[in-house]
Amino acid sequence: MSEPLVPANAAMIVLDVEEEEERIAAANAAKAKGLKKTVKRSGRGLAAYLVGRFFLYGVLFIFAAWYLTPIYVLLVTSLKSSSQVTLDQMWTLPTSINLDSFSQAWTALAPNFMNSLLLAIPAACISSVVGSLNGYVLAKWKFPGADALFTLILFGMFIPYQAILIPLTRVASEVGLYGSIQGLILVHVIYGIPITTLIFRNYYAGIPTELIEAAKVDGAGFWRVYRSILLPLSVSGFVVVLIWQFNSVWNDFLFAVTLTTQPNWPVTVALNNLSGSFISTWNVQMAGALMAAMPTLLVFIILGRYFVRGLLAGSLKG
Amino acid sequence: MRISRDRVLSLLVIAPSVVAVAVFVYGLIGWTAYISTVKWDTLRPDYTPVGLANYQSIFANFRFQIDIRNTVVFTIFFVVASLIIGLLLANLIDRGIRAEGIFRSLFVFPMAISFIVTGVVWKWVLSPGQPGQAGFPASPNGVNQLFGLDPATNRWFTDPKVLYIAQDSQVGKVLHDIGLSFLTGTNIGIPIAMLSIVIAAVWQMSGFVMVLYLAGLRAIPEELREAARVDGASEWRIFRHVTFPLLVPITLSAMIILGHISLKIYDLTVAMSREGPGFATDTPANFMWQTSFRDGLFGRGAAVAIVMLILIAAIVVPYLVWNRRQEVQV
Repeated sequence: MSEPLVPANAAMIVLDVEEEEERIAAANAAKAKGLKKTVKRSGRGLAAYLVGRFFLYGVLFIFAAWYLTPIYVLLVTSLKSSSQVTLDQMWTLPTSINLDSFSQAWTALAPNFMNSLLLAIPAACISSVVGSLNGYVLAKWKFPGADALFTLILFGMFIPYQAILIPLTRVASEVGLYGSIQGLILVHVIYGIPITTLIFRNYYAGIPTELIEAAKVDGAGFWRVYRSILLPLSVSGFVVVLIWQFNSVWNDFLFAVTLTTQPNWPVTVALNNLSGSFISTWNVQMAGALMAAMPTLLVFIILGRYFVRGLLAGSLKG
Repeated sequence: MRISRDRVLSLLVIAPSVVAVAVFVYGLIGWTAYISTVKWDTLRPDYTPVGLANYQSIFANFRFQIDIRNTVVFTIFFVVASLIIGLLLANLIDRGIRAEGIFRSLFVFPMAISFIVTGVVWKWVLSPGQPGQAGFPASPNGVNQLFGLDPATNRWFTDPKVLYIAQDSQVGKVLHDIGLSFLTGTNIGIPIAMLSIVIAAVWQMSGFVMVLYLAGLRAIPEELREAARVDGASEWRIFRHVTFPLLVPITLSAMIILGHISLKIYDLTVAMSREGPGFATDTPANFMWQTSFRDGLFGRGAAVAIVMLILIAAIVVPYLVWNRRQEVQV
């Protein structure tokens, strides 16, 4: 039983998301059928089966309600006018749709929202290129000590960043990058190395070495193998890493609040500031929260499968 | 020789990353450790050595003692609740339900949101309301209203109460008699306000645990459980004796990942309640930040950071080693 269940090869699954989805669907259908058969065999009959299903869906709906509660409150509050935003009316629907809160929140947050885009998109792109190259070397050009080195790199993704923050601010101001978005991009790329390398290394480990050996025999060199074999197979790997890094950079607060100053704040810092001030009412705060959450939520809604692959690949097994 | 040229190339490609990690992870950790042993207590760096004085100072600081208590309480409640809910949801979803994709997405989407947004929204949902102060009508908060609770006694994240064993209580006296009197007093207790933060954190992270468990469940061949069913085992016994033992490695992974997140939790408490009443929701991360970047006591801030690093390394390093061994076995 020492076989690791969740995938040393979690990223291998990523190779074909579609196929994986079909496999799960098929397995599920089989499972449902199996359960029904068991019901018949055990002779407890249809009634017991239905009661079981009733409780099953009951619990699922209770949890679904819990997960949706903040979203409901967020939406109805953001659509209310300031006068209707009181604690005792928290659960009621707005009497009329009011979009003032959005225009106010947008006025306050728009520059910072743009900062976040200018920060997260380049950081995610650079990170995934770096991760891909590192993963390629660590999976396919293993040198003595490569695995130990990899473990040392991995440690970097678990450290509390507080343990590097003080000297980091010194370094950033020494090289003139303190306070700027460029500096923050660089910081995210550097501290993104462990996770992006991990995902790509596991991903590339799933590509048969024979393929690469054959290409080498045909005279392909380091870059040729990367370009003509690895890269064409890397599309979903890149999607996973791009999403992961976009998410973590967009949602970061600690680096942003320590290393940037207004007007270069990303949206998380600006939102926290907005929410801490007494002038802004709850409907404006909720509209702001919705705006700050929108990009990553949209990515999740459109590419959720890849997001989940990232969670798996990123959290398990070096 | 062609191969060796490529070998050199491969090393050149990975070298910048190795140097970056060596300098910015290990180098800066070393620098922080050094700062934790110097005086530096103003904006201007001051590298006068003071030995372990900064550590003595923070451990003697009542706020840091409270922070340690808060972190332990938060970690236990957050990790246990996330594991139980994640495991439950994964098992429910794995029963061939309809609209599986929709339920899965519902449980996972909070993972895509920042702790700041989560904190701002839950701060509003759990706002305690004014318990009948002059000029304010007694308005229950959303959750109090929903469950008919009294806003005067249910203060959520603004609750200064700490559950603890009083020294002069019956239990406290017994503990004193058997030499366990350190278990009494507010330093070992449960700050009620922290539980509101736990609710928000579990809301955000339990879907992640569900994803891990679901992947684990899906990797268990159905024949294994089917065989047990044919033998007449109940569903509970199948879970207890067949499924769960196979999920132990995943449970361990999830515990480490959640545990290290909770030890460095920062954004969520900052957005939701900052220090909280009587530092009830203060964390070492928040203490470190304020000590360093607000008060300029960089030596002490660095000491807090190193304590945090040691706590986290104590759980993460064995995990990484275990992980590598497993990989070698495969």
